[in-house]
Amino acid sequence: MLELQNLCFQISKDTTEPMNGVFSAKEDSPAGKAPLEKGAAAKEIIKNINLTFDDHSFIAITGPNGGGKSTLAKLIMGIEQPTSGRILYNGTDITQMSISERANLGISFAFQQPVRFKGIKVKDLIALATGKAMGSTANNAVGKTTSKTDSEPAGSQKTTPRVNLPNACDYLSKVGLCARDYINRDVDASLSGGELKRIEIATIIARNTPLSVFDEPEAGIDLWSFNNLIQVFEDMHRESDNSLILISHQERILNIADEIIVLAEGSVKARGRREEILPELLRGTEGCKFYSTPQMA
Amino acid sequence: MGVTAKISIKKGLIKPMDEIQKTLLEQVAGLHEMPAGAYNIRANGKSTDRATTAHIDIVTKTDKQGIDIVIKPGTKKESVHIPVVLSESGLTEMVYNDFYVGDDCDVTIVAGCGIHNSGDADSRHDGIHTFYIGKNSHVKYVEKHYGSGDGKGGRIMNPETRVEVGENSFMEMETVQIKGVDSTKRLTSAKLAENARIIVTEKLMTHGTQTAETCFQVDLDGEGSSANIISRSVARDESNQIFLSKINGNHRCKGHSECDGIIMDSAKISAIPEITANHPDAELIHEAAIGKIAGEQIVKLMTLGLTEAEAEAQIVNGFLK
Repeated sequence: MLELQNLCFQISKDTTEPMNGVFSAKEDSPAGKAPLEKGAAAKEIIKNINLTFDDHSFIAITGPNGGGKSTLAKLIMGIEQPTSGRILYNGTDITQMSISERANLGISFAFQQPVRFKGIKVKDLIALATGKAMGSTANNAVGKTTSKTDSEPAGSQKTTPRVNLPNACDYLSKVGLCARDYINRDVDASLSGGELKRIEIATIIARNTPLSVFDEPEAGIDLWSFNNLIQVFEDMHRESDNSLILISHQERILNIADEIIVLAEGSVKARGRREEILPELLRGTEGCKFYSTPQMA
Repeated sequence: MGVTAKISIKKGLIKPMDEIQKTLLEQVAGLHEMPAGAYNIRANGKSTDRATTAHIDIVTKTDKQGIDIVIKPGTKKESVHIPVVLSESGLTEMVYNDFYVGDDCDVTIVAGCGIHNSGDADSRHDGIHTFYIGKNSHVKYVEKHYGSGDGKGGRIMNPETRVEVGENSFMEMETVQIKGVDSTKRLTSAKLAENARIIVTEKLMTHGTQTAETCFQVDLDGEGSSANIISRSVARDESNQIFLSKINGNHRCKGHSECDGIIMDSAKISAIPEITANHPDAELIHEAAIGKIAGEQIVKLMTLGLTEAEAEAQIVNGFLK
């Protein structure tokens, strides 16, 4: 179970930097708790949000652009640090935990704009995802053999766990990619946005963690592959007890979630069963009671 | 395939390789045992072992240090290994190796130098490799450099490679220097004839206070010739790298150079690409990008459960693979 308690996130108006300092991937960085300087102009991105996500839930978060959806997803993964508030995962306070620690506790995150790498192949990425997945035996092996500070340079195989190729093919075919064509390709600029996005989703399937957060999984996916994508989420939900949180603008994605949360201007405007929320959303901007601002497209 | 003729230099005087030399040999040539095909192994300033084939001859130079490697026209699918290892502290040498590759050949040449220095004096290997490649040939040339040992003495390598690529020939050159070389100045120059091609891939990593300077000079003299120079480097700690590439397009030709550098800690990298078109149909491009590892790449790998250090190692490994 994931609980967000009084979660706030502010950025300075001038710099668009988070008020608690720029995100740092450093594990030893002091997790931001720096108070807002008096008089500093601040913009609240997330305003005192309280939410609970039960196990085996399938929840879609939707709302207008700039409403705080992606920020909320990043706060859950630890990519951004809240200005105040707490995040509990299965009763443990994870607010100060690094991204890696949260990942190893069983949280996955699919990027809205997946990252490209020079020299890392699709199979490497999937191997890393599987090798580091919860409960995997490879997990310990990898963690122990990699030195923390002075990792061996090129030529060492230390951090690349072995990937089970048939599985890797399975993950890729689930997202509609022919494994043979993709497995040895670099995750670099040679891949199209849509291909990259599907590979991103495949890494999340490979991790198979209790909680997965997808930030706009539909972005960049062509119309023809959309049914396939819907199927991926339905399968993930049906075949395991894992929880899914999907940030989405897409009616067809909202339509498969059990619950929908509407986030606008950094606050939760509505939360409820799909049957209650979706019809209201579909009535359009003029009639939708969840939005006070006319910016919903 | 030719019959391998094994010639031991100065019979009876050869000392068997010790463990350090064997390790160096493995690092620079990927060799555990004596390779198949032609080879010449130079250890601590002397040729210690050599084999030739019916198509590939290796001859010791008489006027200076070094060897001539003569590859007969039509030699296909054969390889030459010429590793150099230095394990005596304070040894300094200058070696000239000349490669004569005939027409219609397809060969792989593996060179490399490993220095183990556990003493206080500098050990230094300077080498000039000159390639004369005939017509319609394909040469793959791999060069690895490696240093080890914890002595105060420097491990210094200054390799120079000069290449003349004949008509319709193709030279593929891969150079790797990823560990333990304190100071290196690398100079590669190439002249290309009609429809000749060269692709150079350089992988470089420097640590500590190491310095590395690499300079490419390519003359695209022949019509239809092309060159692609790709350098990927990582500079860590306080190390310093300079990358220079000069491509002169002297005919209808294509030239491309690309320098991608990752800086870490307080390291420095300079990339100085230069392209000159001396012909209206010369097409030349250079690209250079230097920066630290993209934060989002580290974040992505951390979301897969890697620590920051593991993520960094993974990114660097991939980059230099």
